[in-house]
Amino acid sequence: MTKILVTVKRIPDPDESLKFTGSGLDLSSVKWVPNAFDEYAVETALRLAEDVNNKKSKLAEIIVLSICPQKQRQHMTQFLAMGADRGVIVDADDLELDTAAISKIIAKVAQDEGVDMVITGKLSQDNEGNQVGQRVAGLLGWPQACFAAELDWDQANNALSVHREVDDGVEVKKIPLPAVVSVDLRVVLPSSVRNGVNPADHKFTDGPRLASLRGITMAKRKKVDVKTPADLGVTSAAGESTVGVNKPPGRMAGQMVETVEELVEKLATEAKVL
Amino acid sequence: MSKVLVVLETAGGKLRAHCLPGIAAAKQIADARGLPLHLLVLGADASAAAEIAAAGYGAAGVHTIANPALEPFTAEAWGDAIVHATKSLGASVVGGTASSTLRDCLPRAAAILDAPLCAEVVAVKSGDTFTRPISAGRALLDEKLSGEIVFFTARGSEFEPAAAGAAAPVSAIDGVNVDTRGVEVVGIQKTQSSRPALTEADVVVSGGRGMREGSNFKVLEDLTDLLGGALGASRAATDAGMVPADLQVGQTGKIVAPNLYIAVAISGAIQHLAGMKGSKTIVAINKDGEAPIFQVADYGLVAKWEDALPRFVELVQARKG
Ligand SMILES: Cc1cc2nc3c(=O)[nH]c(=O)nc-3n(C[C@H](O)[C@H](O)[C@H](O)COP(=O)(O)OP(=O)(O)OC[C@H]3O[C@@H](n4cnc5c(N)ncnc54)[C@H](O)[C@@H]3O)c2cc1C
Repeated sequence: MTKILVTVKRIPDPDESLKFTGSGLDLSSVKWVPNAFDEYAVETALRLAEDVNNKKSKLAEIIVLSICPQKQRQHMTQFLAMGADRGVIVDADDLELDTAAISKIIAKVAQDEGVDMVITGKLSQDNEGNQVGQRVAGLLGWPQACFAAELDWDQANNALSVHREVDDGVEVKKIPLPAVVSVDLRVVLPSSVRNGVNPADHKFTDGPRLASLRGITMAKRKKVDVKTPADLGVTSAAGESTVGVNKPPGRMAGQMVETVEELVEKLATEAKVL
Repeated sequence: MSKVLVVLETAGGKLRAHCLPGIAAAKQIADARGLPLHLLVLGADASAAAEIAAAGYGAAGVHTIANPALEPFTAEAWGDAIVHATKSLGASVVGGTASSTLRDCLPRAAAILDAPLCAEVVAVKSGDTFTRPISAGRALLDEKLSGEIVFFTARGSEFEPAAAGAAAPVSAIDGVNVDTRGVEVVGIQKTQSSRPALTEADVVVSGGRGMREGSNFKVLEDLTDLLGGALGASRAATDAGMVPADLQVGQTGKIVAPNLYIAVAISGAIQHLAGMKGSKTIVAINKDGEAPIFQVADYGLVAKWEDALPRFVELVQARKG
């Protein structure tokens, strides 16, 4: 059966305000939540694997992979509860690993598991690197389709046709499997993912699915392998290091205007932009 | 000799304008390291190189790799070409503007060379330390890269476009194997528009969910065209299909920093602000006086767009005569 590896990450709740320490960010008391883009990546895999007319049939096995301290894996449970089949945890403090090491770990797991697709979120909301999918593809020598907004799985030809959001519009790219896909936000719109089995007019619910109570119970019984970076032969090379983290300069306070007339007058004479 | 190498994009035999800020960022890094700046032109042929070399942009040399497999762009073939050029030229810093093209292929090339990459650089602190926004622009990270080769992408809105200078010599890199690994680019669905590109426009007029439907964007388009600007939108408006997805401004859309940004019926979510708060003058029109967009606006007007916009268009028209 087709195997899909989905990478998932925990991030500090993006709705909480940041605590600056001077040299970095204080993360000691943050609430950890799943990275939204990874929820979209898992949702993409679930939609590829699902036969909506036959819930018993499954077109792919979905493995979720997270690099995180073994004891902090609530996000993993949540992704298993959404419907992923099993998990792999690489026990490490992800904040201490650089992007190159993270990518090597993912590539090695993909190889060891013999997967057909790696699906990643386009970026993590905290670090915003937007590199991991591309790097994993480079390390494996596989094709890549980044910033995917729509996916068609052509099972007969063992390929994906991907709509990628690029600066000029939307690019349609066909890639043979095995391959790496990084997903953008619109991949969770109701008709964005098609697997050739579900009816062409099938519409999924908008957005990533929520874990059901039954899903949460079942997640506790799903298999989660725990490995270490050393098991996978990866040592960190500290190619990136943090020198400091600062608050961006704020904007000068603005003014409220009462009427459109006043607005246009000020834009013309004060701001001189008309 | 070691050098700083900028990867350029061309279209129709010409340099694409969005590459110029990337050259400017590379020049700062080159100066900080005391290294020469070099430019790399990839494509099916090298026809764009002569014009680029004539303008020079402060570079000591322009290098070309001509191969039919490099057009249309694929990250696979470009990744191979960039790896080859980096090695054969002995480049120690490789980068360019953070366009969707370079964001796709540079991390791939960096991984093959086992090199670190700093993405979306907004300031060059020294030859190896760069500033980039994290957490939707709520913090600025100063990141130091170490290694024999390092990569970067520079945020186009944060660097002045590089200016033409003395001409630079052109040389071809031959015998490069590139492999598209079986991928096929079926085509690009471009959003046709006679307006300037969002990331290059002097004025951006954006609409949000409060516009309710696509046809209501007409009045925003009128204002946009009067001001010679580009049309933008929030994610809520693009997701609802009111306007095409490539008009989205924000963390996951375009990053813009025009002279004038007008946000209409946009609440000002942190992810939207991440894409426009570098604008020089920000105008917000929203019916809700509590909307967070007013906190970054230079001029705020609490009003329904239905009431305010037609008059706005009229008054601007009158001024423009
Ligand atoms: C990971 C992630 C990435 C994201 N990336 C982006 C991004 O790149 N860009 C982006 O924009 N969003 C992004 N978002 C979404 C963002 O969080 C907000 O949901 C979105 O920006 C809201 O769009 P909006 O302001 O148009 O809609 P709303 O928040 O619904 O605001 C609508 C506004 O319109 C006003 N309004 C309504 N009717 C009228 C009227 N008649 N006249 C005047 N005003 C009116 C209302 O008062 C309200 O303030 C992202 C979200 C996530 C989770």
